[in-house]
Amino acid sequence: MRILGISGSLRRDSHNTKLLLAAEELLPDGANFELYTELESVPPYNEDRDTDDSPVEAVHLREAIETADAVLFATPEYNGSVPGQLKNAVDWASRPHRVSALWGKPVAVVGASTGMFGAVWAQAELRKVLKTAGARVVETEVAVGKADSRFDAEGELLDEEIREQLAETLELLLAEATVSPRLVAV
Amino acid sequence: MSTIEITEVVPTGTWASDPVHSSIGFAVKHMGVTPFRGSFKQFEAGLVDGKLSGSAPVESIQTDDENLTGHLLSPEFFDAERHPVLRFESTKIRREGENVTIDGTLTLKGVTQPVELRGTVTGPLADPYGGNRLGLELETTVDRTQFGIDWNADLPSGGRVLADDVKLSAQLELVEQA
Repeated sequence: MRILGISGSLRRDSHNTKLLLAAEELLPDGANFELYTELESVPPYNEDRDTDDSPVEAVHLREAIETADAVLFATPEYNGSVPGQLKNAVDWASRPHRVSALWGKPVAVVGASTGMFGAVWAQAELRKVLKTAGARVVETEVAVGKADSRFDAEGELLDEEIREQLAETLELLLAEATVSPRLVAV
Repeated sequence: MSTIEITEVVPTGTWASDPVHSSIGFAVKHMGVTPFRGSFKQFEAGLVDGKLSGSAPVESIQTDDENLTGHLLSPEFFDAERHPVLRFESTKIRREGENVTIDGTLTLKGVTQPVELRGTVTGPLADPYGGNRLGLELETTVDRTQFGIDWNADLPSGGRVLADDVKLSAQLELVEQA
């Protein structure tokens, strides 16, 4: 089982990246975590470039999602919504419709912000976008508000309640990723 | 009840739908103004010894927009990957003249709920090919959220984009099997 973590923040000391790394520590044996680190290099989505010769960065993104059993997104909130670069990456991964890397992919969304609310608007919008892209979105929310006080100098998550919420989210995400297609057919 | 009356209520034997002259579809109010309609291109329906059953592959859903069809197949709507077939099984059929009421169960997205179909029955009548045909036109309304199909979005002026109630309809031309 391979879980891909995608942080919507490009900042070196990103709270959202730390949140993903905290999630990695909670994964059970047999589940491997990989942090996607190429978000900044994904070019703007352009249908003219979405061809057999697509930009290599977009191809890498699609392959990373395609080969993962599930994806955990962590998003900050920019102006009340999903950061443009993260939305752009989802747009690349959502095409071509119905055969895309995200189609039917189990995904979950968590988020951190330095404000009080923990990027809840961005999380809600990212869930909507992922559902529209045809992903199998786990209905959970982990909202880490005041994120600059939730991690120590080594990046360790200090809040036990958030750790429990992360563990529950991972449990649901892994459960979705374990269900084989068509095994639950009526 | 006499034997003749029983025969009028539900013909015995095996009857199968003629795919060219049968259809099943749905209609749901969109933006609060007009019904949006779609259909399932492939399906099978049959009446066997008084019991009506039918099934359709969800992937055969048809709308006029490819992106919309894709959205309907996604986990947010029918989740065709995990629940590829929708199914109806009757439990009781009542006929009064041309009118027919059929109790049964509808299974959609892995959820089975009781439904009551109402409509008309015509025949059996002899066709030009030496066989017999029976017509059934049926309708029911279901609450899609009861089957876990609960996508929606707000309208700017209040209200929701998609109604919960969905009208299902079937027009079946059943051919008696030898």
